Amino acid sequence: MSISLLLLIVAVIGVAGYLVGSQRASALAGGKLSSLHSRPGYYGSFVAIWAMLPAVLALLVWLVASPIYISSTVRDGFPDEVKAESQATQNLNYNMIGAISRGLSLLTPEERTALYADGTTARTVLAAKGVPLAADPAPYMLKAADDLNRMTTASSTFRSILALIIAVAGGALAYRSIAPRFRARNRVEGVMLVALIGASSIAILTTVGIVASMLTEAVHFFNAVPAWEFFFGTVWDPRFAAAGATDSSGQFGLIPLLAGTLYIGLVAMLVAVPVGLFAAIYMSEYASRHVRSVAKPLLEVLAGIPTIVYGFFALVTVGPFLRDISAQLSGLVTGNYSSFIQAQSVLTAGFVMGIMLIPYVSSLSDDIITAVPRALRDGSLGLGATRSETIKRVILPAALPGIVGALLMTASRAVGETMIVVLAAGVAARMQLNPFEPMTTVTVKIVNQLTGDLEFTSPQTLVAFALGITLFVITLCLNIYALYIVRKYREQYE
Amino acid sequence: MSQVSMSPSMAALGAASRPERRDIGLRGRYAAERRFRLYGMAAIAFGLLFLFLLLFSVVSKGYTAFQQSMITIPVEFSEQIIDKDNERATNPQKLVSANYPVVARDALARVLGVAADDRAAMREVNGMISDSVRVQLRNLVTANPAIIGTTQPVTFLAHGDLDSAFKGQINLDVPEKDRKISDRQIGWMNQLAESGALSKHFNTGLFVNGASSRPEAAGVGVALIGSLYMMLIVLVLSLPIGVAASIYLEEFAPKNRFTDLIEVNINNLAAVPSIVYGLLGLAVFVNFAGFPRSAALVGGLVLTLMTLPTIIIATRAALKAVPPSIRSAALGLGASKMQTVFHHVLPLAMPGILTGTIIGLAHALGETAPLLLIGMVAFVADVPATPMDPATALPVQIYMWANEAERAFVERTSGAIIVLLIFLILMNVGAILLRRRFERRW
Repeated sequence: MSISLLLLIVAVIGVAGYLVGSQRASALAGGKLSSLHSRPGYYGSFVAIWAMLPAVLALLVWLVASPIYISSTVRDGFPDEVKAESQATQNLNYNMIGAISRGLSLLTPEERTALYADGTTARTVLAAKGVPLAADPAPYMLKAADDLNRMTTASSTFRSILALIIAVAGGALAYRSIAPRFRARNRVEGVMLVALIGASSIAILTTVGIVASMLTEAVHFFNAVPAWEFFFGTVWDPRFAAAGATDSSGQFGLIPLLAGTLYIGLVAMLVAVPVGLFAAIYMSEYASRHVRSVAKPLLEVLAGIPTIVYGFFALVTVGPFLRDISAQLSGLVTGNYSSFIQAQSVLTAGFVMGIMLIPYVSSLSDDIITAVPRALRDGSLGLGATRSETIKRVILPAALPGIVGALLMTASRAVGETMIVVLAAGVAARMQLNPFEPMTTVTVKIVNQLTGDLEFTSPQTLVAFALGITLFVITLCLNIYALYIVRKYREQYE
Repeated sequence: MSQVSMSPSMAALGAASRPERRDIGLRGRYAAERRFRLYGMAAIAFGLLFLFLLLFSVVSKGYTAFQQSMITIPVEFSEQIIDKDNERATNPQKLVSANYPVVARDALARVLGVAADDRAAMREVNGMISDSVRVQLRNLVTANPAIIGTTQPVTFLAHGDLDSAFKGQINLDVPEKDRKISDRQIGWMNQLAESGALSKHFNTGLFVNGASSRPEAAGVGVALIGSLYMMLIVLVLSLPIGVAASIYLEEFAPKNRFTDLIEVNINNLAAVPSIVYGLLGLAVFVNFAGFPRSAALVGGLVLTLMTLPTIIIATRAALKAVPPSIRSAALGLGASKMQTVFHHVLPLAMPGILTGTIIGLAHALGETAPLLLIGMVAFVADVPATPMDPATALPVQIYMWANEAERAFVERTSGAIIVLLIFLILMNVGAILLRRRFERRW
């Protein structure tokens, strides 16, 4: 019985339990509902929960435990000379047994008996069924595969029986406990509360998952490449070694990638900060309500456009435009019409990213500027300062911590931005200061190392996780510090 | 009072007693004020200018993608070419492997009056037809073998280069050898256009087809299905989980270390770069749990984790906006805490929750980076039947097309972006309408 069918049956039992339970509660009340502790629906829900929850939990445990048990039993059955070999070879053998068992289940009984009689034909017979094998299976493998099949079938039968028994038994137990004074609502609400707590701990689980998964993979990487070579290396050259070759692992220096990330981020901030800040100041201090109600949402549209669209814009519009205009400029000045800005460059990526960041800067700072108390403004204006003087001398200094927090949050976006730089910054990991040349970033390299055919154990792919944890730590620090500043600042005026 | 009404002596007195006006730099200060104000306006204009430029650039490059050049000519399903030895009764494979492009080429050559033995000309004729004609004619013949030997009018796709030329996107001033379409092909193109055989149709293929190495036959249909699966998964998972988490945090959680930790966590998760979620998905869902790579299921799960913080933050704001008097009234009438929340607070907060959910979904729809890492940059030509099958997504399709060099793919990419933006606009407008319609001010 397949798992989805099993779940469906359990769900049907649950629904039936609900109906039976609420009916029994109504019958017990005998037309006088106030004699019940809870409304009949709660009794029904109580039965349904008892019917479904233990069964599903048991099913989950079984799903996790049975493959482990089966695999260890099959491995125990390996001949001693196989057991003596390395773990990796044993895993290979086990995978092959898995493939054979899948193939066996596709055969008719006659074919299967023929196969057991003559094991040497196994490879051709199974290939004809669409299950290619890497090598001719050893005789013990056929037997092990057969065992595997039998155990899997048995496990699936037991699983179904167990789940159904638990569902029915749970439902029946709950049904028997229904009585007028039975506090069904409190029980049901207890379960709901546990579910609510579970849902909110998913946030924690996600963080734990991020950190744990990246740390384990990164540790694998640091086993192959020393950590100081990664963090302080100045050359990025992860040669993709041929399969099996281990000597040419390449160089994994983080510094050029970090330099590119920070440089492009800096260019982006140089565009976004002045534009965003002035836009926020104008909108909060000068603009009429009408202008504000039009301009603010329009600017925020910039934040809603997917970054891939910005990347495409940089790739086909901004990049070629900068290249052509630089050719014209150099032609006018030197007479030599060759462009000094490349289509993929720090400038292109940084500029377009800056445009993307404008709404972040402007809406965050807008909130902060608006939060500066009215009295400060009135005091300054009353003493004869012009509006711009009030803004420059009073409001901005008062809002400064908050604005710094907002800028830090924006900077963390710039560091983590991926699609714009993938399309517009280039892939060459170089350390240089010319903004007209391409540079590459941490995010670009994560994407590069993990797209395409990957062999998961090589340092070339594992380095992506080391890069990822670096990125995570950088953005986390920026954000925590920013949140800290913003919170502290907010308390000041509340 | 005006100078004219004053007596001369009074005027002299006034001038003498009024001290010399001190220059306090008012003129400069007002100029600075005007400049400052101008900077503000310039900043907003700069932002809006680039919003406009971005949209203009995409739309001007992409609107032509919604039309496709098609050639309609009588095609002779010649038995000579398809099944020379008349063995289709015994060998049905014959009809599958027949050389259909030649059938189409000969038909077009006949219309254009090209002699069959002029091989150079025949090659150029072939260059005007999309390769997809092979599949199209094969399907026609295998569905109805009786048409072999007859002549039928057939509409098929023009080659991508011809399509670009017909839309006027190829610069004819470039020397002939440097462009993808020859002068002779241009002449034939005009001839076909005049006779009505070559015309532009609405490009249904763009919305139906899957990935293809031929731009004229490539479409976002498969990617749309992949995106649809992922959005469904995100909606089904993140809405209940997000609402449950927010209810706990907002209504039940005691103020302690643990809930503080969850709070800080959620705020940070909202700011984690999306690519990190891709790494998480790769390590946990693909490597550890063993879900298939490139599957919509994995993409949906990753996007769910990414969207959850957005939904939780929006839901908490919506719950917070419900006035406490509602809760007190329900509790006062004997409802339990749980009943108060689920029967009274939650329904009132629902519009805000849904608005936040739609905005979160819109973000997830446009997200690309995490999907690249879990292997959704795949060449998927068939519609995925279940969320476990290899799939791709609309923004990933855009990314893959953006990396293609051909001119016709730039048009497709922009067209796909327009489709994506239309979806996003619809979702956001929906969210705004929802808020306008149901938002209640207490």
